[in-house]
Amino acid sequence: MSQRKAHIVGVGETPYARWGKIGDVTEHALACQAILRAVEDAGLDMDDVDGLASFAEDRNEATFLAAELGLPALRFANMVWLPGGGGGCAAVGNAAMAVETGQAEVVVVYRSLCQGQFFRFGSGGVDASAAPDPAPPTVQAANSLMLASVGFVMPYGLLMAAAAYALPTRRHMHLYGTTSEQLGMLAVTFREHASRNPRAVMGGRPLTLADHQASPMIADPHRLFDCCLESDGACAVVVTTEERARDLAKRPVEILASEQGAPQGYGFGPFSNANVADEIYATGGTEELANRLWGKAGVGPSDMDVAQIYDHFTGCVLMQLEDYGFCKRGEGGPFIESGALSWHGGSLPTNTHGGSLSEAYIHGLNHVVEGVRALRGESTSPVEGAETCLVTSGACVPSSAIVLGRR
Amino acid sequence: MSERFFPDGMPQPLADSTTLPFWEAAAEHRLVVQRCTPCGHTRLPPAPVCPACRSTESDWQEVPGRGEVYTYTAVHRPMAAGQDLPFLIAVIALEDAGGVRIISNLVDVDPDAVEIGMPVELAWEDMSPDLAVPRFRPCAGT
Repeated sequence: MSQRKAHIVGVGETPYARWGKIGDVTEHALACQAILRAVEDAGLDMDDVDGLASFAEDRNEATFLAAELGLPALRFANMVWLPGGGGGCAAVGNAAMAVETGQAEVVVVYRSLCQGQFFRFGSGGVDASAAPDPAPPTVQAANSLMLASVGFVMPYGLLMAAAAYALPTRRHMHLYGTTSEQLGMLAVTFREHASRNPRAVMGGRPLTLADHQASPMIADPHRLFDCCLESDGACAVVVTTEERARDLAKRPVEILASEQGAPQGYGFGPFSNANVADEIYATGGTEELANRLWGKAGVGPSDMDVAQIYDHFTGCVLMQLEDYGFCKRGEGGPFIESGALSWHGGSLPTNTHGGSLSEAYIHGLNHVVEGVRALRGESTSPVEGAETCLVTSGACVPSSAIVLGRR
Repeated sequence: MSERFFPDGMPQPLADSTTLPFWEAAAEHRLVVQRCTPCGHTRLPPAPVCPACRSTESDWQEVPGRGEVYTYTAVHRPMAAGQDLPFLIAVIALEDAGGVRIISNLVDVDPDAVEIGMPVELAWEDMSPDLAVPRFRPCAGT
């Protein structure tokens, strides 16, 4: 089995841009570019690739990509069910399972987003400028529970992610005294990391805590700078076996463990259901997952040299820091205030690329890319001698995570 | 028709055969939760199977429509043309409903005055002859 232990051997991305700014290249073409670059980075040939993996709602089907990229054979084509950005690490984990069990030799995990070519996530899919005199409201027929469940938030206007994730964060503030300034410090730290990263969309835009506090309220307590970017771009990572990884171009990074899933009754998290257990409502919903992950990896939070934590919203990062055991429940705010997340001297340098708040929003697959770079010594905010990195995917919804390591 | 709080253009509820009875009761200004016939576990949104005992048998239990704010957000972006901003979305822990919480809106309240734990009661909004949406306002006298 050890000969087949999964490693990440290549990473690649297209340029990242503000949403709607990439209009001359299709989302599908961007996916192809990212895959080509990741395979080139690995020192592999496209003819070596026999698997493709992505996660929920990907518009770019692996079967079509395989044909366009001229893959000799597609042996593994996989998409994770977890919604939105929750499945990025799970897609990497599934690629690892595929190579470790011999279903494929080289699997590329990809994500491409061109919000300008489709709907803009931040709008919740609603055009609020639509005709002011619509047909009389009624109950629409749907044909699946998934839709009907969303139907129980629609009439209340709960369609925008900034509002949905505000709900557990507001309760966290109530229970533990977490403050907007603590959330703001997190955004400021990630922006500092982005300022060192030439790929970052917000790299040239310094952010102070005062800027954060003065930014417009979107959905209380989320101000503008508590919300991730909306971006166009694509990235990809290449997963293969240890045996294959040995003689490739770059230092391989081992996938020590991966986990995916959701706690009981979670559904689509705060979008679909207000009835999860009280103990997990004001959390990222990832504590059980984290415990399984650490158990499998054989390392724990205190062993992490660096972390890439999915940052759709600042509060969700704070709650994940507690879920993964970097601090106690309720102490995420003071943990952030301590400067722990800074690349320069922090105890847990986090989102060294700038994260979704400041590098780009590619549903968190760019966090996996950065995790690999951090352990290769290629990060623009390097953590010297880093040997371990936690990468997480979208929390407060069904989620996933991986632990990366280098030997 | 009731007092109106939201414009006609708000997103409309979707319903299937499992969930339609909730909206039929709402049209009569009755707030119901789904109740498992064998074990009594209550649930919302409605679903085909009881997550506690896995029975597929259920009925509908009318609840008083009082509760308290479990969490909330004041949203500063419109979901429909002509909407008053900010508008409030809240999770309400319902009283005498077997512990069920419902996602809804708070109306008739200053967003700055909302607190977690605040007692609230039903405020039905007739959006049309076919559709009444349960929203909540602070209990009288609080």
